[in-house]
Amino acid sequence: MGILEVKNVGKRFGGLQALGDVNLSVAENSVHAIIGPNGAGKSTLLNCLVGLLIPDTGSVMFDGQSVLGRKPYEINQMGISRVFQTPEIFGDLSVMENMMIPCFAKRDGAFQLSAFKNMMDDKEIIENAEAMLEDMNMADKREMHGAALSRGDKRRLEIGMCLSQQPRLLLLDEPTAGMARADTNNTIDLLKQIKEERDITIAIIEHDMHVVFSLAERITVLAQGTPLVEDTPDNIKGHPKVREAYLGETQAA
Amino acid sequence: MLGLSKKDTSLLIIVCILALFAPFILNPFPEGSAMAQFNAGYPDLMQRLVIFGIFAIGFNILFGLTGYLSFGHAAFLGVGSYAAIWMMKLLTMNVIPAIVVSIIVAGAFSLLVGWISLRRSGIYFSILTLAFAQMSYALAYSVLTPITGGETGLQPKYTDPRIFDRALEQGESARANLFGLQMNSSAELSVGNWLFTFNAGYYLAAIVMIVAFYMSIRIFRSPFGLMLRAVKSNQNRMNYTGMNSKPYTLAAFVISGMYAGLAGGLLVAMDTQVGAERMFWTASGEVVLMTILGGAGTLIGPVLGAGFIKYMENIVSKINKGILEQWFAFLPDGIEDLLITLVYPFIGKGWHLTLGMIFMLVVIFLPGGLVEGGQRVAAMFRRKKSNPETPDGKTTPAE
Amino acid sequence: MDAIVLQILNGLDKGSAYALIALGLTLIFGTLGVVNFAHGALFMIGAFCAVTLSRILNWSYTVIDESQTDFLGNPLKVDVPYVHDWFGVQTGDTIIDWAVPLSIIFSIPVMIAIGVIMERGLIKHFYKRPHADQILVTFGLAIVLQEIIKYYYGANPIPTPAPEAFAGSYDFGAMLGFDANTIIYPYWRLVYFAFAAVIIGAVFAFLQFTTFGMVVRAGMADRETVGLLGINIDKRFTIMFGIAAAVAGLAGVMYAPINSPNYHMGMDFLVLSFVVVVVGGMGSLPGAVLAGFLLGILESFASMSIVLEFIPGINQIIIYLVAIIILLTRPRGLMGRKGVMED
Repeated sequence: MGILEVKNVGKRFGGLQALGDVNLSVAENSVHAIIGPNGAGKSTLLNCLVGLLIPDTGSVMFDGQSVLGRKPYEINQMGISRVFQTPEIFGDLSVMENMMIPCFAKRDGAFQLSAFKNMMDDKEIIENAEAMLEDMNMADKREMHGAALSRGDKRRLEIGMCLSQQPRLLLLDEPTAGMARADTNNTIDLLKQIKEERDITIAIIEHDMHVVFSLAERITVLAQGTPLVEDTPDNIKGHPKVREAYLGETQAA
Repeated sequence: MLGLSKKDTSLLIIVCILALFAPFILNPFPEGSAMAQFNAGYPDLMQRLVIFGIFAIGFNILFGLTGYLSFGHAAFLGVGSYAAIWMMKLLTMNVIPAIVVSIIVAGAFSLLVGWISLRRSGIYFSILTLAFAQMSYALAYSVLTPITGGETGLQPKYTDPRIFDRALEQGESARANLFGLQMNSSAELSVGNWLFTFNAGYYLAAIVMIVAFYMSIRIFRSPFGLMLRAVKSNQNRMNYTGMNSKPYTLAAFVISGMYAGLAGGLLVAMDTQVGAERMFWTASGEVVLMTILGGAGTLIGPVLGAGFIKYMENIVSKINKGILEQWFAFLPDGIEDLLITLVYPFIGKGWHLTLGMIFMLVVIFLPGGLVEGGQRVAAMFRRKKSNPETPDGKTTPAE
Repeated sequence: MDAIVLQILNGLDKGSAYALIALGLTLIFGTLGVVNFAHGALFMIGAFCAVTLSRILNWSYTVIDESQTDFLGNPLKVDVPYVHDWFGVQTGDTIIDWAVPLSIIFSIPVMIAIGVIMERGLIKHFYKRPHADQILVTFGLAIVLQEIIKYYYGANPIPTPAPEAFAGSYDFGAMLGFDANTIIYPYWRLVYFAFAAVIIGAVFAFLQFTTFGMVVRAGMADRETVGLLGINIDKRFTIMFGIAAAVAGLAGVMYAPINSPNYHMGMDFLVLSFVVVVVGGMGSLPGAVLAGFLLGILESFASMSIVLEFIPGINQIIIYLVAIIILLTRPRGLMGRKGVMED
């Protein structure tokens, strides 16, 4: 029984069957990658996990509870944090403030009307946020505006923000898309380090095979809305079906 | 001090000084001099300066922090005013119940409007709030006449029940008071050629404004204020960080509605009458102007903006052709006539034209408003003199 | 039954004005992505084009007419319009009488010029700025425009009559088989409706059948892609802004006889036109037209005395009420497209 159980999930947009019959089980404290060619339904599946879409059929259980029909912030409060393809941070706020928000969310929940406390007097939050900035090697940038950070730093900050919530499942949506090789390698190192230091499950959706094979312990290959195979990286590498799916893509392109 | 950082404390002290010494600051010209007509230190205008300051401070909590542009806040001001005048008609001419009830009623009304309007964002939100305000205005003028007095508006009458007050004697008129201290009572101080007026109503309003300003600093610096800025910055990230942005924006909306109600109640406390025109959408536009002009999202901006607009309105409307001729008299005739022709449309009744121009220029060149302008000027000075002790930009603009 | 027909007719002229303004707003919003709060001011300026032309045509010089005397026996001073000298008395009077329709020709270049100057001089710089800034700067511009008009034309409404030929009313009742005089409708309002229909038709035909229109429609759907094709989309959008200004201006010109122009008529119509655009669906041209007529007619039904007996004051708020309900139940409006202004 994995921490995330996807059973018979299907989703149709008009005439397009985006997801056929997806079954997926992500084991606790593992790194699970979901790969597949363009249009395989990776994004649709991800959106079903975070509450942006509600599948037509099937169920999505996180830690024994259904996530279907819940709003994104409720799903996050259950312990799923999401990292976006283009880093989503608070561009108008300082790096420190960026880091404080998830700390507040973790401690105070989805809404608290604490309009007369001074946030800088909140020792617990400050300490947590500062510790996470240290972990991310960003302590020297704490007063910078989020928008002024480099792309790689934005990604670091976003991952740090997700981690400071101590999520049980970290969802990464193509975390290295559009990154230079050096930044990609940094991100891989960061994720490896996170994996070693924390009890956390990571589900990663990725295009870049280099990233997938450096990180994943288990890989699901999605094609045309259905899982093709699920196996260890070594077995996936030479799998004929996988090659066919990807070859098919290159021919179409 | 008071749970504020050093910088915020000094900001608060500056506002206190400005507010408490306004009768001096706004009366720089000696009585009887040619410039005396530009003095602004008389009670009616000073009251408006601080009351609209409160209105703008509240509006800034919504617009400055969350970025939701409401075009209907005058409705809350109007509702607050109506609530206040009814308290004066039914209970007592003491202003305390009037002001308290105006905040509560405006809060409740803004809860209803906000709950519906905040289902949409962006321009849709602006138009929904505009629609609600226009509806309130139209209703106040027509069907709700029994409650609002329609076109004639409401004012305290001899026949009102006023259950807590003693009956008025024949010929006596009801006056707003604070436990017997009449709002329109003033003390005057004459120093040399200068005459300063200290009005009870003004000082009540000024103290309320200082409290309102203090509360807005607290909100800005609180975790709640941080979440409101997060709403403006990236709602998507906020939702995926486990925060429900809806109640945050709604709370900001209601708080700013309560500020508007407070301003409306104070307006009635100073001048005991209400008309529906203060709910018209141009009145909503005015508070937007004040906030932007001063600097949306900054603490002191709205106060400066409100002060600047109300002060300029008073001064510019008073300039007439005669005064222009006096000013330009030293120039050769041709140039004098030309200048007068060019400037004339902007003065006197042309105040709104001036306002519109200033507003456009600010939005185009200085989106951060007067505060940003002040900061830029200060930065320029610093670069030139490399002197760290130049005055902080936030304190330089008028008022 | 006759009452219903009458109310539909009554709603048509106001609906036409809403539809025309909303059409221009939508064109600007759809192509340029700008929320133009100054669009009402363009409508108002259009109306003042009619006022201006009729004043120009009435320019006169004074002559002393020896053949007539006033009651003191002095020769009478008579104002003679210049057009009498140029075209003769009779033709001249006809020209003055037809000032409003003639203003159509006069206003088109004026409005296009104003629109282009506005776009090139101001709006252009706001494409990349947030919608709130666009609202604010055009709001400021609207104030400036209306104050300029107020400065030159005064604060009072200026009656601008329609030509003599359209002065009367038409008895629809008799035509449709009801009792005579139950449904009477001023000719000029019929003219206004027909005029609006022609303009709307022309705009749609222009967008549908010309290459220019095709590019603009493509641009409305996906601005960036069209830009990539190497088409100078900005220039076309400038022209589009001019056209939208002209449509608003023409709506104003022809509205002058219905409602004497005053400096704040633009703002009065703008607020309602925005509601119309939102109800129709932001960015949808047919939606804007449909919603314009719908709300105009609805407003006129709501002001029937029989309705007012049931729900007093409903005529004042019906449009806003409908807008609120529509926005809450169909967030994209009646015919809105996905992805427009949903940030």
